[in-house]
Amino acid sequence: MMMMANGKLRVDLKLIADMVEPGSRVLDVGCGEGALLDWLGRNKDVDGRGIELSMAGVSAAVSHGLSVIQGDADTDLKDYPSGAFDYVILSQTLQATYEPKTVLSHMLRIGRRAIVSFPNFGHWRVRTHLLLHGSMPVTDTLAYEWYDTPNIHFCTIRDFLTLCRGLGITVDRSIPLDREGKVLPLPDLEGVANLFADQGLFVLSRKA
Amino acid sequence: MIVSEPAFPSSSSPPGLTVELGRDRPIRLDCGVELGPITVAYQTYGRLNADKSNAILICHALTGDHYVADPHPITGKPGWWSELVGPGRVFDTDRYFLICSNVLGGCMGTTGPMETNPANGQPWGLGFPVITIGDMVQVQARLVDHLGIGQLFSVVGGSMGGMQVLEWAQNFPDRVFSAIPIAAAARHSAQNIAFHEVGRQAIVADPDWCGGNYLLEGKSPHRGLAVARMAAHITYLSEPALHQKFGRNLQNRETVTYGFDADFQVESYLRHQGSAFVDRFDANSYLYITRAMDYFDLAAENGGTLANAFRGTRTRFCVISFSSDWLFPTSESRAVVHALNAVAANVSFVEVKSDKGHDAFLLDEPEFHATLSGFLEGAAAHRGLPRAQGPTA
Repeated sequence: MMMMANGKLRVDLKLIADMVEPGSRVLDVGCGEGALLDWLGRNKDVDGRGIELSMAGVSAAVSHGLSVIQGDADTDLKDYPSGAFDYVILSQTLQATYEPKTVLSHMLRIGRRAIVSFPNFGHWRVRTHLLLHGSMPVTDTLAYEWYDTPNIHFCTIRDFLTLCRGLGITVDRSIPLDREGKVLPLPDLEGVANLFADQGLFVLSRKA
Repeated sequence: MIVSEPAFPSSSSPPGLTVELGRDRPIRLDCGVELGPITVAYQTYGRLNADKSNAILICHALTGDHYVADPHPITGKPGWWSELVGPGRVFDTDRYFLICSNVLGGCMGTTGPMETNPANGQPWGLGFPVITIGDMVQVQARLVDHLGIGQLFSVVGGSMGGMQVLEWAQNFPDRVFSAIPIAAAARHSAQNIAFHEVGRQAIVADPDWCGGNYLLEGKSPHRGLAVARMAAHITYLSEPALHQKFGRNLQNRETVTYGFDADFQVESYLRHQGSAFVDRFDANSYLYITRAMDYFDLAAENGGTLANAFRGTRTRFCVISFSSDWLFPTSESRAVVHALNAVAANVSFVEVKSDKGHDAFLLDEPEFHATLSGFLEGAAAHRGLPRAQGPTA
C-alpha cells in the first residue's frame, strides 16, 4: 500500500484510533481522504471501509488502496446489514446530516459500537455570541455564515446525551475536547463540560 | 486440448494464441444447447508467477477484442487499452500476467456465427445458438482452467466487459480475488435494449443480410451494420463531447448544400465510424452479442434481489463510473455498490468526473487510471504480491 503524505494523524483522529481494538472491522462515515482508515490498517490491522461525500476525497482514498465508496450517511447506511462492523465512526459529521437520529440508529444497528464526535453548540463562546451580538455565532470551529453552512443540525453535548437516552443508547465513554481536539479534563458533562468543551467525543453501544 | 501458436497458419498471422476447449466436455449454454469443441482466441501479456497468483483477466466490450495492447490485425490501430498495459503502467506487465480472450460469439477468432459449423461445414449464421454473458464467462473460465490458474488476482472490464466481471464475481467468487466493473451495470436497461434493437433492425433490414446467410451468398450487409454502429456510437459519447468536437461545423464547405450529403462534420464523422467498423466486425456477431447484453440481469437471476448475487463474497470490488456516461449511468453502478454494501462486501466506488461519456473508459482519464492503480496496489498488498519495482519502491 502506498504511504500517505505523512504518518501523523490529526489529534482528534488519533484519539479515536486509540479506542479501536486491533483486528476489528471499521466503517468510517465521512472518511475524507481516508487518513484514519489508512492509519488503522497500517497500525492496527483493521479491516476498514469508508464512505465519503466529496469525489476528491474518495478518489484520493481509493488511489491509496483504501476501500471507500462515494456516498453519505443519510442515504447509504441503510444498505448495510446489522452487525457488519465492530465500530462505525462518524467524526465531525453528525451536525451535517439531514436525519441525525436515523443516522445514529443505523450506526448502532450496523456496528457493535459507534464513535461520534461533533462541535458543541453549548460552548460559552457560542452562547455569548448569540447573547451579545444577537446574530448566529461564527467561531473558529464553526466558521460558516448561517446561509452557507453545511451544518444544519447543531446540538449541545447535553442535547446529544438526551437523544442517546431517548434512543436507548448506552454511552460508554464521553470525552470533552478543546478546539484542537485535545482532551479537556472537565467534570459534569451536561453542565461544566457543556459550557467549556469545543467538541464532544462519544463511544456508544446498544443497550445490552 | 490443442494449443496452436501462433494463432493463424497464414504468413500474415495476427498476434495471439488459440486453444480448442470443451472437446471432451461440451459447454452447456444457458439456452440449453451443448456447444463444443469451441475455439478461443486470446492474448496474454507479462508472465505468470510461480504460484500463479498474479493473473488478471481483462474482459472486452461489445465490439472489442483480445488485442488489448497489440496493433489491431485489420485496422492497424493500437490496442484498445494499450495505454494501460506495459512495464510500469496501470496493468504492469512486469508484475501481472494479463489474459484477454475474444468472447464467445465474437468474430476475431473465437467460435461465433461467422465460424464454420462442424455439423455441416458451413458458417453458423443464425444457426448459432443464442448466447448470454454467463456463457461467455463459462468459456473464459475454461480458458483459465486450461492455463492452470485457480484464482485470478483480478477480473476487470468496461461496459459489457464489466457485465462479465460481475458475472464472474457471482459465478466463481472463490476464483476472483478482486473485481473491477467499469462503466457497467447489473442489468441492461430498457433504453439500452432499445438502442440495441435499432442496431439489429438496421442490420436485418439490409437486403444483403440475406436472412443471416450473407457469407454463403457472398454478400455483406455493410450498410445495415454501419448504421447500427453509427447509432451505437452516439450512445458512447456525450452531448458536450460531440458539441466540443464538432459543434455545428460544416464539412469542407462554406454553406449548407440544401441536400442530404454530409454537410455537417458530425455526420461525416459518424459515417466514417460506420464504414470503418464494417471492415472489422461481423454483422451476425453484432446481433448475437447485443442480444447477450440485453438478456443480462443479475438481480432477476437471484430472485429479484441483486445483493443475493454476492452473498458471502470475499472478493474486493472496485466499481467505477463516469459522470457523463448516460448509457451506463452512475446510478447503475451505485445500484451494484448498494447491493455489495448489503452483504458487507469490500467495495470501493468512484465516479470519475469526465465529459467524454461512456467511451471515457477507453480514453486518457488520469483520475480513472489513478483509481485503477491505487486499487490494484491495495489488492496486491492484501494478496501478498510484491510491491511495484521502481525508484519510489
